[in-house]
Amino acid sequence: MDRRTFNRNMAVIGTAAALSPFGIARAQAQKLKVGVILPRSGYLGFIGQSCQKGADLALEVIKEMLGVDIELMNADFESNVDTARTRAERLIQEGANVLVGPFDSGAAAAIAQVAEQRGVPFVINIAAAPQITEQGYKFVFRNFQTAGDIVRNGLDLIGELFQATNTVPRTAVYMHVNDTFGQAMTKGISAMLPSRTQLPFKVVDTISYDPAAKDLTVEVSKAKSANADFLLLVCRLNDAIILRREMVKQRWQPMGIVSPGSPGMYEEQYFKTLGKLSEYSISNVPWYNPKAKLTQVVEKAFKKHNPKDNLVFHGLNAGFTFEAILIAADAFKRAKSTDPKTLADAIRQTNITEKMTLGAPIKFNAKGQVEGIGSACVQNLNLLPTVVLPKDAATAKPVFPVPGYKKA
Amino acid sequence: MPALDLVANVVVSGILTGLVYGLMALGLSVIFGVVRVVNFAHGEMMTLAMYAATVLFAAFKLDPFLAMLPVAAAFFVFGYALQAGFINPFITRPEHSQFMLLVAVAIILVNAMLMIFGPDARNVQVDYQLDSYELGPILIDKGRLFAAAAAVIAASGLFAFFRYTLTGKAIRACADNYLGARVVGLHVKHLYALTFGLGAVCVAIAGCAMVLLVDVTPPLGPAYTLLAFVIVIVGGLGSMGGALLGGVLIGVSEALAGLFIAPSAKSMFSFGLLILVLLLRPQGLLGRRA
Amino acid sequence: MKRSPVLLAVLAALLVLLPLLVGNYALSVATLILYFAYTGQAWNVMMGFAGQLSLGHAVYVGVGAYAAGSLFFHYGIGPWAGVCLAIALCVALGLVIGFLAFRFRISGVYFALLTIAFAEFTRIGFDHLDWTGGPGGMFLRVAQRDTWDLANFRGPPLMYYYAMLALAAGAFALCAWLLRSRAGYYWQAIREDEEAAQALGINTFRWKLLAVAISAAMTAVAGVFFAFYYNNLFPEQIFHISRSIEIILGPVIGGVGTLFGPVLGATVLTLLSDGITEALAAVGWEIPGIKQVFYGVVLLAVVMFLPNGIWPALARRLRL
Repeated sequence: MDRRTFNRNMAVIGTAAALSPFGIARAQAQKLKVGVILPRSGYLGFIGQSCQKGADLALEVIKEMLGVDIELMNADFESNVDTARTRAERLIQEGANVLVGPFDSGAAAAIAQVAEQRGVPFVINIAAAPQITEQGYKFVFRNFQTAGDIVRNGLDLIGELFQATNTVPRTAVYMHVNDTFGQAMTKGISAMLPSRTQLPFKVVDTISYDPAAKDLTVEVSKAKSANADFLLLVCRLNDAIILRREMVKQRWQPMGIVSPGSPGMYEEQYFKTLGKLSEYSISNVPWYNPKAKLTQVVEKAFKKHNPKDNLVFHGLNAGFTFEAILIAADAFKRAKSTDPKTLADAIRQTNITEKMTLGAPIKFNAKGQVEGIGSACVQNLNLLPTVVLPKDAATAKPVFPVPGYKKA
Repeated sequence: MPALDLVANVVVSGILTGLVYGLMALGLSVIFGVVRVVNFAHGEMMTLAMYAATVLFAAFKLDPFLAMLPVAAAFFVFGYALQAGFINPFITRPEHSQFMLLVAVAIILVNAMLMIFGPDARNVQVDYQLDSYELGPILIDKGRLFAAAAAVIAASGLFAFFRYTLTGKAIRACADNYLGARVVGLHVKHLYALTFGLGAVCVAIAGCAMVLLVDVTPPLGPAYTLLAFVIVIVGGLGSMGGALLGGVLIGVSEALAGLFIAPSAKSMFSFGLLILVLLLRPQGLLGRRA
Repeated sequence: MKRSPVLLAVLAALLVLLPLLVGNYALSVATLILYFAYTGQAWNVMMGFAGQLSLGHAVYVGVGAYAAGSLFFHYGIGPWAGVCLAIALCVALGLVIGFLAFRFRISGVYFALLTIAFAEFTRIGFDHLDWTGGPGGMFLRVAQRDTWDLANFRGPPLMYYYAMLALAAGAFALCAWLLRSRAGYYWQAIREDEEAAQALGINTFRWKLLAVAISAAMTAVAGVFFAFYYNNLFPEQIFHISRSIEIILGPVIGGVGTLFGPVLGATVLTLLSDGITEALAAVGWEIPGIKQVFYGVVLLAVVMFLPNGIWPALARRLRL
């Protein structure tokens, strides 16, 4: 079934559900209806579409893995929080047994309130704002690291990176994008870095820049003049590209660019746009284990759905979206029911050991948060994001300090 | 206190970028000066021009500077049609009505671009893009320099057109005195459409130049619209020299604010400057009092 | 004008009984409609009545939301005190903007751009204000959501629906009264011809400021509602220019300067938006962006062919 017919079928099912009053469909507990709510248009569009790829392949992989049938109800919240809320209500009214989404912390918080109110479990695929699972919700679950976790893991991996490469950088200049995510990360870094005695470096300058920046000349000039050994960077995608290019234009070559946990430098666009310049950038991020058995299965399904794409470029987005649906399906299998309350109870009992992403088995704590999700040190090697640390998941060795982009 | 060469570097690149911004804003200014309509879809049109440049580059390996010609021609037609077909009936309507019309155009443009080009950023890769000239301690980025040069040439061309050609003079007559222009038998609606077309040409050239500096995504537009507003108000809405001056001023002041204060807060200074200029000299630095 | 009161009574009864008739989804959409009807009504006081075009109304929503939100977040003080603070701050802000603009004789497009500048200035300012969470956002505690806790404005969606209904009805009544008051006549005089109004001895400066103050105060209340409905605030979201545009769309489409315009406009646009989404899902067109293109085309058609908005045309048809 290709995407088009799939969508058409979805639509038929959707209208049928809309026409049948009071959602009688709910009585037949054969299929789990998963409402997938993502920002496929608007300013988050490109990430939403990347996440969607993980949802699209879930149907058949889960059927094969668990032998249960699920049905996806896709909704686009248009990167708008009002729409996120009404779409969530709509999905629940149409009979969604569980909600999955939405990448964005603001939208996650809005949907969480609807889910909680309606007593429908909501599994967050990606959203790092720690507050979401601190609000005392009973139906909200998150299989993603909070900003604090990301920083902790990211800093630990920086230590490992230096150890593995026998380097001792003394200074870093820290640049970060000044948005929701960048701010949360910066808080984490300033809280944790001083106590990390195993990290040999000092931050000599901190430069925050506008997420909508189209020109980072000043920022890079400033960073360059700090004369630091390496660049510690919390970025998004477009700014990362502008920044990397600007570094070359200004002929600034630090020992390397290391992100303690942010999107941007492992994304396909970064490679496509920068080509050779994308090489060697390092991101310490929640990632999937390229050696895990489930990864192979997902990779195969991914290729089938997206013959032109490579999973590695959608790894984080698609991986966590897929896992969120897997969590719902797994609970459904154990609960043998689509009743939301029973499902929520089952999700609380989740213990998925065979997973795709790195880290401890998926188990929710009392707050609905999975602890012990692992990060990987992902370095761009041969134009592919490559896991270089931790060692047991690594497929290559880290390179640091990185060679200059042009050997003049 | 930052080193002097750092300041110099930052100021030079601020001036160069400012000139490109200025050309974009010039389009807005010309349109407002004559047609008296604020083009709220300005940034979106610029985004469209940037996409056009990337498409021509991807298809024919056409350098963005060469792409300026076909893109400008296409934009002239587009601008002319937009004015003749949609905006002309609105010139006598209240401002909020014009605003809504152009907001609708902007919404359609942004999302049509999303549908056609997808959400990923696009760019061009030319070999001089990453090169820079070294002038003592100052590094001048080649792409930026060429872009600024193109902006200056295009702006001069437009100046010359308005000053020396008959049509240019006729358009200025319309701007100065709408009724009078009609009385002497000028075809005002045609001239308006022509003006909008010329404004679109500025946007097209600025967009082709800009694509060397910035990757293009569909939601890029509103930020450029706002930027263009700031520039033309500071320079003088309707004043041609003011637009370029405003561009350079904003480019340099943002650069300096970024250097001395917080980079993330630099556009706050632009808006602060805008508010100040509006209050103290609402006609803008080079504008004439209406 | 005989049919109007009847229509109004029917509409009111329908809205009060609506939760009995429809499901949760429709209720959330209805809440949104009422929200935009309310903010549209507030904007209309300034533009529709007094002729001052504001394109930066998000600033009042944002400042109002952050004022009440901060009180609750930092000190646990409920929204009743918060709403007072929000109104005070927004009125002060509106008066500052209005004072500067009108004192320096800024009008028309220039005034509109000034309001945008203030909104953007404030947005970036809040991005750098640590006390309100900066760009990291402010998350209000969501304790219980089942019983109506009016003191803290905490409760089920039904409570928010009725709260918004009350606000929208209140705004409607207030505007109806304003239109027939002395202020209303002065405003309309200023809107039609400011110089003539001045020549008649109207202190246009003062009356324009009054319109700004009332509009800002009303919008501030919407901000407080927003804060306690969504429970999280981000400067990028709440101050963004697209939020200002959303506020304006309803009244312009419905009919600027009319009482029913903002209500009708908000209803039409919100239903249109959800309707297009549903229709596209039904035909299976899932191309991101296509929905907004349709939406834009409808907007374009309405402003092209109904220059005064839908309500005046409809009212003529219905002979209201």
